Amino acid sequence: MNASQIIFYGISAFILGAGMLAVTTTKVFRAAIWLLFALIGIAALYFWMQVEFIAAVQIIVYVGGIVVLIIFSIFLTQQSGKEMPKPSTGRMISSILAALFGLIFSYHLISHYGFTPSAKQFVVPVAEIGTQMLSTTEYGYILPFEVVSFLLLAAMIGCIVIAMKSPEDKTNQVFSLSESSPSEPKIIGEV
Amino acid sequence: MMNSVPLEHILFVSTALFFIGMYGLFTRRNLITILMSIELILNSVNINFVAFNKYLYPAKLDGVFFAIFIITIAAAEAAVAIAIIINLYRSHQSIDVEDAAELKF
Amino acid sequence: MSNYLYIILIFLLPLATFLLLGLFGRKYFKTSAGFIGTLSLLTSTVLSLKAAYQYFFIDGKVDGVYQKIEAIKFTWLQFSPGISIDMGIIIDPISVMMILVVSFVSLMVHLFSLGYMKGEERFATYYAFLSLFTFSMLGLVLSTNIFQLYIFWELVGVSSFLLIGFYYQKASAVAASKKAFIVTRFADLGFLIGILILGFYGGTLDIGTLIQRLTSAQSAEYIGITTASFLGISCLTWGLVLIFIGGAGKSAMFPLHIWLPDAMEGPTPVSALIHAATMVVAGVYLVARLFPIYSIEESALHIVMYIGAFSALLAAIIACTQTDIKRVLAYSTMSQIGYMMFALGVSQNGVENNLGFTASMFHLFTHAFFKSLLFLGAGAVIHMVHSNEMKDMGGLRKWMPVTHFAFLIACLAIAGIPPFAGFFSKEEILLAAYHADKMIYGVALFTAALTAFYMFRLYFSIFWNAPVQTESHDNAHHHHHSEGTMTMKLPLIILTICAMAAGFIPFSKFITLSGTPTESHMDITFSIAPVLLAILGIAVAMKLYKNANDIPSRIASSMGGFYTAAKGKFYVDKVYLFVTKKIVFNLIGRPAAWIDKNIVDGLINFIASLTAWISSLIKGIQSGRVQNYALYFFGGVAGLSLIFIYWWK
Repeated sequence: MNASQIIFYGISAFILGAGMLAVTTTKVFRAAIWLLFALIGIAALYFWMQVEFIAAVQIIVYVGGIVVLIIFSIFLTQQSGKEMPKPSTGRMISSILAALFGLIFSYHLISHYGFTPSAKQFVVPVAEIGTQMLSTTEYGYILPFEVVSFLLLAAMIGCIVIAMKSPEDKTNQVFSLSESSPSEPKIIGEV
Repeated sequence: MMNSVPLEHILFVSTALFFIGMYGLFTRRNLITILMSIELILNSVNINFVAFNKYLYPAKLDGVFFAIFIITIAAAEAAVAIAIIINLYRSHQSIDVEDAAELKF
Repeated sequence: MSNYLYIILIFLLPLATFLLLGLFGRKYFKTSAGFIGTLSLLTSTVLSLKAAYQYFFIDGKVDGVYQKIEAIKFTWLQFSPGISIDMGIIIDPISVMMILVVSFVSLMVHLFSLGYMKGEERFATYYAFLSLFTFSMLGLVLSTNIFQLYIFWELVGVSSFLLIGFYYQKASAVAASKKAFIVTRFADLGFLIGILILGFYGGTLDIGTLIQRLTSAQSAEYIGITTASFLGISCLTWGLVLIFIGGAGKSAMFPLHIWLPDAMEGPTPVSALIHAATMVVAGVYLVARLFPIYSIEESALHIVMYIGAFSALLAAIIACTQTDIKRVLAYSTMSQIGYMMFALGVSQNGVENNLGFTASMFHLFTHAFFKSLLFLGAGAVIHMVHSNEMKDMGGLRKWMPVTHFAFLIACLAIAGIPPFAGFFSKEEILLAAYHADKMIYGVALFTAALTAFYMFRLYFSIFWNAPVQTESHDNAHHHHHSEGTMTMKLPLIILTICAMAAGFIPFSKFITLSGTPTESHMDITFSIAPVLLAILGIAVAMKLYKNANDIPSRIASSMGGFYTAAKGKFYVDKVYLFVTKKIVFNLIGRPAAWIDKNIVDGLINFIASLTAWISSLIKGIQSGRVQNYALYFFGGVAGLSLIFIYWWK
């Protein structure tokens, strides 16, 4: 057992442990933090696999963007100290069974496939990534790059539209609007 | 460094992470925790891509690119999901997924 | 022959009028419907006259014998190489006579209804139904195929149903139309079975071929049908008797006569057209059409004769006691049709050149005129007095001179007084009966006397017999109603002329069984007896009814039970009601209804509730919860992957 193996198994245990805690804990903020740890563990895994660029992207986008976004939304929508309800036992059992079945089935298929790893070294210079991303020749990824930029634009606009308050909701959210129709939200609490 | 860890072990990690995320998807009641589980699933797929690229096709970079794009799309999707959650919170006063069962028979 | 093709227009014009007025009349032709109907009928009548003139006087005869010409024939429904339902038009003496009678009387009725039904809200519908009836009747008399005849027979029944129940808001009219349709439909069951028997053994449904095959004693079909027997009676007799039952239903012979008096609920012009002159003679026409087969089968012909004579007598007795003028005329119709039936019955092959056949057709011809005249006259009276009962009338000859004169001529005609039309036709019938069966002749003579009596009872009660004390009241009352417009008087006048002149047509020159024209001779000594009896009947009626007195009521009370029975129409209706209500409804109707409601409906309801129960078990799948859906999704994927990886290579 050399050092890289030990490091790998350590990182893997960390990832899986954080993931399991993220999906089972009853406090929502803790779940967000466990998710954060799981994502950092995955970034460490990328570092171990010597794809530093992806690890960097992972930390910047996932940890620094998405987890922060999730924490914001937790603050926006509920009181983070409150405990979440546990799922019903039946649902838990059936989900565990489904997950275990899926895991065993998939790993059985994978282990019996017989992958033949190649002996070459895997070198990923960032410059290489950049050139290939913008290249128009074979193996160039310029088209998906442009399409993804459309997607990001659409996502941005979509988010703004969906999360925008409707025009009659312009009053301050602190006061309740009890004289209007019952379907109007009665906002309690401060923002 | 030599590939001292066989490919199957990395695939085991990613598969386990996938099904952990799936368990969270089935079990959790809070919409935001469901979103977190989905992020776990996407990450497991990312690990898969990079591992395959490194072990089976080290001459090409396709797996790395897939991983980059998936991260991008996951970010966009998370943002839209948060927007939807906020909208749902406004109309239902809760983000419990059991409370949004209007499509019941 | 192509030069008779215009005959197809004769019955297609009323059909077109029916469709036009039926579909569009209510909206577009509210007031002009009468003119359209009358115009199309006028065209049909003119074409019929042309056809009659052409057939009888120009080219109908070949070697001195009137031919049966099939103008058009096309196959409509082929059951087997031999049996098919063809649609065709046959032109032979009786069919030409019938189209003339039908179109002419229908035209008179159309004219009369212009005035009688004016102001009626469903004016266009009325004329549409009249056109439908005329089309059906014309189709019936022109049929070449017995099934085609059956089709038009049913159509005539439907038109009668529609017209009797024209005032559908009146419960009695609805009941009467139902009764008419059900009784005739029941009789048509016999008709249908008879058609099937004859068609099966004869191997064809075409009337001409059927007659040809079943009248020659050597043909295979004849031998087959007479040797096959059921309950000891040969199939030929069964077939003919069953067909006669159908005819008896339509022509109101005993015991299927119960619908005719009730059918008077319809408007009076309808009664004139359908229930006096045209539809009710359809049975007589049917027997006449198949007469060659009837004439070789003695037993069937005897049945026709006895039922005809009995109906004539029964109806005459009942008519003497009725007080509703339309009922009297209805029973009179039944009696006269009985005359036509037994005249056919006494006609035998080879005796006196089938005088009975010619006499029956002659009587049909003249009866159409004076009976429709009687009904239209009654319609004018009812229009003025607004009541059907004789007690509400009296002394009307001052107020309605034209109607009075027409009614008088018609009564004289039906009583058989020379020189009016009825005398000639009745005399021929009596002559045929005298030569065939003396008992029938006696019955016919007695019925003739009764006919004269009750017709003049009717006449005197309406037009004379004025109650003295209420004359001034009548003055004031009747000033509001006039005798009727010119459109109501004109048909009366035309029909009066026909009733006077029709007797002088030398009928046997045109219509005989074999087709050869024969001379009919007038036996003056023979006709003295009937005429004397008729005059006796008139005299008795005049004594009893011309002025108000109590002799009738004294005679009625002295006859006691017989009088009450006759007034109650001999309780035939009650017997029918008993059989249907107590026996058929209770024994068959109620159990059938129970089975239908509980078993048949119950089965369907059970299936429906079973489906609902299953669906309530399943509907839980759609719970609206996303995670359930995700579980199902994963289950599906897992299952499919297991199947495709391990099981199905």
